[in-house]
Amino acid sequence: MTTLTPVLTKRWGKANSWRLAEYQADGGYQAARKALTMEPQAIVDLVKAAGLRGRGGAGFPAGTKWSFLPKPDGGPRYLVVNADESEPGTCKDMPMLMADPHMLLEGMIITSWAIGCHHAFIYLRGEVVHVYRRLLRAIEEARAAGILGDHVLGTDYQLEITAHAGGGAYICGEETALLDSLEGKRGQPRLKPPFPAAEGLYARPTVINNVETISQVPPIILGGADWFGSMGTEKSHGFGIFSLSGHVQRPGQYEAPFGVTMRELIDMAGGIREGHKLKFWMPGGASTSMFTEEQLDLNLDYDNVIQAGSMLGTRALQVFDDTVCVVRVVSRWMEFYAHESCGKCTPCREGTAWLRDTLCRIEAGGGTPADMDVLGDIPASIGGCFCPLGAGAPLALNSSLKYFRDEYEEHIRLGRCPFDRAATTAFNGEVA
Amino acid sequence: MSYDTGTRQSLERDAAQVVARYPKPRSAILPLLHLVQSVDGFVSPDGIEFVADTLGMTTSEVSAVATFYTQFKRQPNGTYNLGVCTTALCAIMGGDAIYERLREYLGIEDGQTTGDGMFTLERIECNAACDYAPVMMANWEFFDNQTPESAVALVDALRAGKPVAPTRGPDKLPTFKENERVLAGFPDGKADQGASAGESSVRGAELADEKGWAAPPYPAGGAAAPKGTKGEERK
Repeated sequence: MTTLTPVLTKRWGKANSWRLAEYQADGGYQAARKALTMEPQAIVDLVKAAGLRGRGGAGFPAGTKWSFLPKPDGGPRYLVVNADESEPGTCKDMPMLMADPHMLLEGMIITSWAIGCHHAFIYLRGEVVHVYRRLLRAIEEARAAGILGDHVLGTDYQLEITAHAGGGAYICGEETALLDSLEGKRGQPRLKPPFPAAEGLYARPTVINNVETISQVPPIILGGADWFGSMGTEKSHGFGIFSLSGHVQRPGQYEAPFGVTMRELIDMAGGIREGHKLKFWMPGGASTSMFTEEQLDLNLDYDNVIQAGSMLGTRALQVFDDTVCVVRVVSRWMEFYAHESCGKCTPCREGTAWLRDTLCRIEAGGGTPADMDVLGDIPASIGGCFCPLGAGAPLALNSSLKYFRDEYEEHIRLGRCPFDRAATTAFNGEVA
Repeated sequence: MSYDTGTRQSLERDAAQVVARYPKPRSAILPLLHLVQSVDGFVSPDGIEFVADTLGMTTSEVSAVATFYTQFKRQPNGTYNLGVCTTALCAIMGGDAIYERLREYLGIEDGQTTGDGMFTLERIECNAACDYAPVMMANWEFFDNQTPESAVALVDALRAGKPVAPTRGPDKLPTFKENERVLAGFPDGKADQGASAGESSVRGAELADEKGWAAPPYPAGGAAAPKGTKGEERK
């Protein structure tokens, strides 16, 4: 049986957990003090040896990403933390920043030192004011205490951190769109290469990592590579925050080693909603293929989930019980993608809009058998785009057709949705 | 530009602080647009001109950026921006019903503002609080685990001028303009209000406490040097 391993989530329930004094009382900034006595390269090597993979969805090894930066040329190098948490179902970075922003700042100090950065950025989605307050406050406290500034923790190392609030755009979670946005442009993805490691922010060498990735760096400095690797699976070392939402008794954030199963997590969350059965679940946000009870015993790590035909993404585990209409859910996700497509690449802009219109028509009861062909054809033609938004958009749809094709056909045959909308709600069907 | 001298001067003072946070001025455009909204309640033509002047851009370049992002409003926003999450999970958990109830109750459609300028209603996309579904954002503060009744009660309380507390946020819900100033990067002194985390956020950590589960302790005497070897206890 897998048990939980709270590391990042450990302090969230404590009073004033976001304050510097409380963070330091719990041993905060010890890892940064230690790291600043290490050679930068030794930190990169340690993070590589630990096997820390990006927690923002793609799972790319963080230390390897850092080592892609070219040799210093005397010009600036940047660390940008991606806090644009917007993938549907993903809800771990916002509580992290609200409850324990100093852990991220400490990880940023260590990472910045490792890559030779003197001005680091946090790109926070703009729709979370209280999270931004806590971040600004943490930076202010750290600066006043000499933890940031010209003499980081009493050394000669200089580091500034700017927390930046965006303006509302899912696509800015894509790293090159994020950089364009941070440069003051429309947040549209760039053609790669060049990759950000070579030409990132202001065309300078840049590391971009997710909040959770950087927040795991301090524990790795303190615990070491073997400690980190003692948790998780062979290719997915360590632990991560698994976010359970939807029709479970106790939705929430469950920090566990990779390899935990969905059955175990649902048990920890008190099981499926009383009186109902699991229908389908998403392993990593909306841009992944859905699973059913067939995959409940799959060990959740990056590679296992890919082998099973989906992606672990951001570990945004959304649970839907037997009251839910799959057409309704998938059409809503497609509305999301059509809304959030930046419009730069035609296949994504047009493809998501066509799929949205077709799906919404079917859900509303106006679908025709020919619409089923459209749903089958369009996904394969959304390719060749600058970023993966378009390619990810139809994954839930495709997998839903695999498991629940008859449900789509039933909508078309009946000319209406056969499900009771009221039955899905958290307030037991009491609908206005 | 029709700002009076006082407004113009205070905008310039604030803008200088915003621009100073970045290596290149243009990076300041999003916070400056938030700053404009904190004064005008939307991205006004005056505001666009002000940002263009400040950053050495054309007004069409500034508009091109502003119109890309959903938080920047092209018409005066209500004092309270009510965003109901209707992305798939919140929608089925009750977001659709909440949105419909508010639409009827306020008598406005998506993106519209009530005649008295109090409320703007929006369907919003996933706001990263799915473990509290269905979620509503008022001026981008979290209102967790909502029902149609709680949403209507929120409207009634705000109409009656009663203080309302977000579920995870400051003691009293600020206005749209006040929060836009925070998003421009100007602290309002409310960071220390509210809880560390909500109920759902801490469920895993609480369960671990209850069961005596924990990550292994750090090795005594600090971390061993990386050996590039794999740990042993693994599936």
